[in-house]
Amino acid sequence: MNSGSREEPLIRHRAAGPRNLAALAVVLLLAVILIGGSWQSTRQRIADNAARQIVAQISLVLPGTLYDNEPNKDTVLKDTGGGQPLPIYRARRNGSPVAAVLTVSAPDGYVGPIRLLVGIAADGRVLGVLITAHQETPGIGAAIATEPPTWLTGFTGRSLTDPPTARWNLRTDGGDFDAIAGATVSSRATVAGVRTAVHYFATHRDEIFSTPSSPAATR
Amino acid sequence: MTPDNTTDSSAGRLLLAGLGWNTPGLAGLIGLCPLLAVSTSFAAGLALGLASLAVLCSSNLLISALAPWITPRFRLPAFLLLIGALVTAVDLLFEARWFDLYGQVGLFVPLIVTNCLILARGESFAAHHGVWPAFLDGLGYGLGFIALLAGLGALREALAPGLLVAALPAGAFFLLAALVALRQLVVRRRGSA
Repeated sequence: MNSGSREEPLIRHRAAGPRNLAALAVVLLLAVILIGGSWQSTRQRIADNAARQIVAQISLVLPGTLYDNEPNKDTVLKDTGGGQPLPIYRARRNGSPVAAVLTVSAPDGYVGPIRLLVGIAADGRVLGVLITAHQETPGIGAAIATEPPTWLTGFTGRSLTDPPTARWNLRTDGGDFDAIAGATVSSRATVAGVRTAVHYFATHRDEIFSTPSSPAATR
Repeated sequence: MTPDNTTDSSAGRLLLAGLGWNTPGLAGLIGLCPLLAVSTSFAAGLALGLASLAVLCSSNLLISALAPWITPRFRLPAFLLLIGALVTAVDLLFEARWFDLYGQVGLFVPLIVTNCLILARGESFAAHHGVWPAFLDGLGYGLGFIALLAGLGALREALAPGLLVAALPAGAFFLLAALVALRQLVVRRRGSA
């Protein structure tokens, strides 16, 4: 490197003319109108969509006859063990708790975390399991979330003591649950996720139902 | 896709320029990022293809309308700003209207900004042509992109249960290579470039 040489700048800067600035201002204004307008006209609908989706998902893991409140508006944020607070939706009938839906993030999916909703009755038994988000390999690991969710119904009726904690695993790991053929890793992560939910519910039952509803988590 | 009896016979030619075997994903190997990432299923490919089509048509329209007032110095930032704003708008509309599908491909919609196909059509065609030809050009290239993205998705979805690699990112490369080879075969048989 010859430190003494002076280099010509690659781009020569000329003063920006008023015409240039006006054109840029028009483009900027157009961009602001486009973004602002579409945000303004869609935000209510996007919020409604999200709320409707939560209601629909809750109805898939809780029998509708069980409760008479709106669980999506009776919500607390709890860290069930994954390191981040996730919503728990509480179902009540005549004001007394009948069930809760726990959101769990199972960290050890094949590709990334698997997000689950686990409906659990007040007595600790699983009412339903739904996978709400995953990135498992399509056609292989994604089989955990296929419709109808035949495999996930295998959790229904189970609780922390049925099977005993040591057998809350895949059959290949000495447990009671069958893995989906070819999707052992995804199945193992799902079983672990449901186990986490059941365990958290059994150990924090009163806390879950007595904590006042948090507006931040309510949709 | 017949260029039926419109008075302007070049409209059909404009529309077909980016369709068929000359679709840039195969012919020029550009705009591949979404091709490889999102083409895991037919529905995902179609959805992202439609979002790209909407952005491509509207960016071509706006760029061709504004080009006379934009000096060369400000061309690139101005076009990128417009494309960015359009992608944001399409992203929001997509999330509002097709919420279920958005759940699958929503992550990739903002990435349409980086699809060089869109800037390329704006720069090389829309900036030098009228609004109507620019729109047709965007429509043609957008449809070609949809066909490729959805087709690759359908292929990978169909092969995945038996052929594991088809579902993995590497499989997208293999299948794309196979499609490029097929294109070369067809184009050479025809004897046209």
